Amino acid sequence: MTMPSHTAPTPAPAAVPARPAVDWPGSLKDAATAAFVALLLTVPLVGLRTVDRPTGLSIEARPDEVIASIVLVFLGRLGLGLIRQGLALPVLVLALAAAAVGLALPMPTQVLRLVLVAGGGIIALRAAITLTTGRSKLSQAERDRRMDRVAAKVQHATKYIAPVAIAFAVALPLTPLADRQLLDIGILLLTYIMLGWGLNIVVGLAGLLDLGYVAFYAVGAYSYALLAHYFGLSFWVCLPLAGVLAACSGVLLGFPVLRLRGDYFAIVTLGFGEIIRIILVNWYQFTGGPNGISGIPRPSFFGIADFTRTPPEGMAAFHELFGLEFSPLHRIVFMYYLILALALVVNVFTLRVRKLPLGRAWEALREDEIASASLGINRTNMKLAAFAIAAMFGGFAGSFFATRQGFISPESFTFIESAIILAIVVLGGMGSQIGVVVATLLVIGLPEAFRELADYRMLAFGMGMVVIMLWRPRGLLAHRDPTILLHGGKTPRVNAGAAR
Amino acid sequence: MEPMLKVSGVHTFYGAIEALKGIDLEIASGEIVSLIGANGAGKSTLLMTLCGSPRARQGRVVFEGEDITELPTHEIVRRGIAQSPEGRRIFPRMSVLENLQMGSIVAKPGSFETELERVLTLFPRLKERIHQRAGTMSGGEQQMLAIGRALMSQPRLLLLDEPSLGLAPLIVKQIFQVIQAINREQKMTVFMVEQNAFHALKLAHRGYVMVNGRITMTGSGAALLADPEVRAAYLEGGH
Repeated sequence: MTMPSHTAPTPAPAAVPARPAVDWPGSLKDAATAAFVALLLTVPLVGLRTVDRPTGLSIEARPDEVIASIVLVFLGRLGLGLIRQGLALPVLVLALAAAAVGLALPMPTQVLRLVLVAGGGIIALRAAITLTTGRSKLSQAERDRRMDRVAAKVQHATKYIAPVAIAFAVALPLTPLADRQLLDIGILLLTYIMLGWGLNIVVGLAGLLDLGYVAFYAVGAYSYALLAHYFGLSFWVCLPLAGVLAACSGVLLGFPVLRLRGDYFAIVTLGFGEIIRIILVNWYQFTGGPNGISGIPRPSFFGIADFTRTPPEGMAAFHELFGLEFSPLHRIVFMYYLILALALVVNVFTLRVRKLPLGRAWEALREDEIASASLGINRTNMKLAAFAIAAMFGGFAGSFFATRQGFISPESFTFIESAIILAIVVLGGMGSQIGVVVATLLVIGLPEAFRELADYRMLAFGMGMVVIMLWRPRGLLAHRDPTILLHGGKTPRVNAGAAR
Repeated sequence: MEPMLKVSGVHTFYGAIEALKGIDLEIASGEIVSLIGANGAGKSTLLMTLCGSPRARQGRVVFEGEDITELPTHEIVRRGIAQSPEGRRIFPRMSVLENLQMGSIVAKPGSFETELERVLTLFPRLKERIHQRAGTMSGGEQQMLAIGRALMSQPRLLLLDEPSLGLAPLIVKQIFQVIQAINREQKMTVFMVEQNAFHALKLAHRGYVMVNGRITMTGSGAALLADPEVRAAYLEGGH
């Protein structure tokens, strides 16, 4: 294996022979032109703002913002120009310094801080990318292959990591660390992991780009909420029902949509997601419209015991049943285990199905639809199955969400949710189970962890996405292992693709 | 004797464009039949029409006495017709073995091991590369895989769309030898679409020539090879 020497980040600049001289006047002129264009654009777009005054609407000028944007564009363009002319390292240092100054020192205005942090950060990123890609003499294909090898290693290590991770997840609530906040974050992460694994069936295995997965999540959540509201059914009755209803809605959507391919398919699923949400908003008498449904009953302990201090008639109290001190945390812990179990069901299903004819047919469809049909695969049925099963898991997650929140409204099922779940699947590497976990930790976990940074966390989130897509366009851990080996023979080499 | 496959009066359209203008054609059991013709004559369209995608707008396709014109593709494949499609269309990210396994979806249960053995004997190269990702193999190896995958479904009629496309002459020869071997040893009926008219007709018991969506000539492979018109249009200069 010839790993490219990713040597220390500072080879002496003198060692680079005959670097073309930096064209300072040219760069400055270029940057000035860009700044002028920015001026023309920002004056109407950013510089003027309508304000609602008691006397009516009036226009307020915002010169600070305009100046800030122009400076940002000027420096940014200059930085990009210099990066291209081989000055990536100094630009990186300067940009990082600017970002650090913006973060650390007190600034006269918030805008200036933003200019320094965001501008510095982005330019630093660009410089860093140039440095790393420029240094390695590898072609894109070789980089892809190296990436794949890393992913393969991780995938093989999963054998050992997975039990540890599961054991950790199981043990977490029993440790003294487990307070309300940590468990809540854990439940949130597990919900998204479950949704990610569910969507992975459609996107990762069957190769259908579904932009409306949240619709099934919504169907599951509303199924439980409405069944509990109108018929007083308990969570344990509704959970399978919600799954069935979501699967039905998946089939309903699937029938008209599955003749479409690629982009067209994605657009229709996007539309379907919105249709469900808009129905929920507008069917006021039935769904409560934008007000949502509140007072959704909490789950009991498998219908045997309740988690309240004084349970209703005919129900034991959980703490009495087990001889524990009453604690409101019991219910949270139970919820945590519930979603952990649900998520693991999805995971085990996916791992198993890949080895079954159904899963193999999905993968074949993802690779080549026409070839699949010519081998006797019923495309429509296979796609419907993928849709229905993924929708069912989405429905389970949805009804869990409803019972955890106790309140749902259409607000929770906007397109951005679909986008986040899809981002988790794509970032993780389509079809990769462990990838979904890693991506969830990044996409959901990091913004949660950095809640104090308030507005900047979304900025960091966006930058993180850009970085991953630039460095690992196929996702963090995109690698697939064959599901069948000859005569149960020895494991094939980690990456047979590298043989050529 | 009733032919295995009988195509009568088939018209196929792409939108308003008529790609096949009334095709009549017969294939008897145990034959190798080659269809030759220029680019865009409609050869691949005919092969795909046999598999129901696109569907014939007029005319009938009858396979072993059953009308399969209106059947969906996957049902036609289940009747015992396997296709090695144009451009090979193997599953690039799957291993060679997985590709072959996908081929056996419609085969009789339990036949996988013996069929695999047979295919790997026909194509020893595939055995060497059994766990390799199919997309990383050479064109010739991919073509072998495409044929092998089609054979895995235990078809009675094998449709081959341009098996020599883009391959080195030596590999082309190998592929045609294997096709002949399959026909002789397994009594497999083969219907082949080819631009490489010389090889295709030499191998074939019978041949058809297609021009602009119509069959213009038919006869034994040797007769077509000797025909001055065929020679002028498809053979001279090419070889």
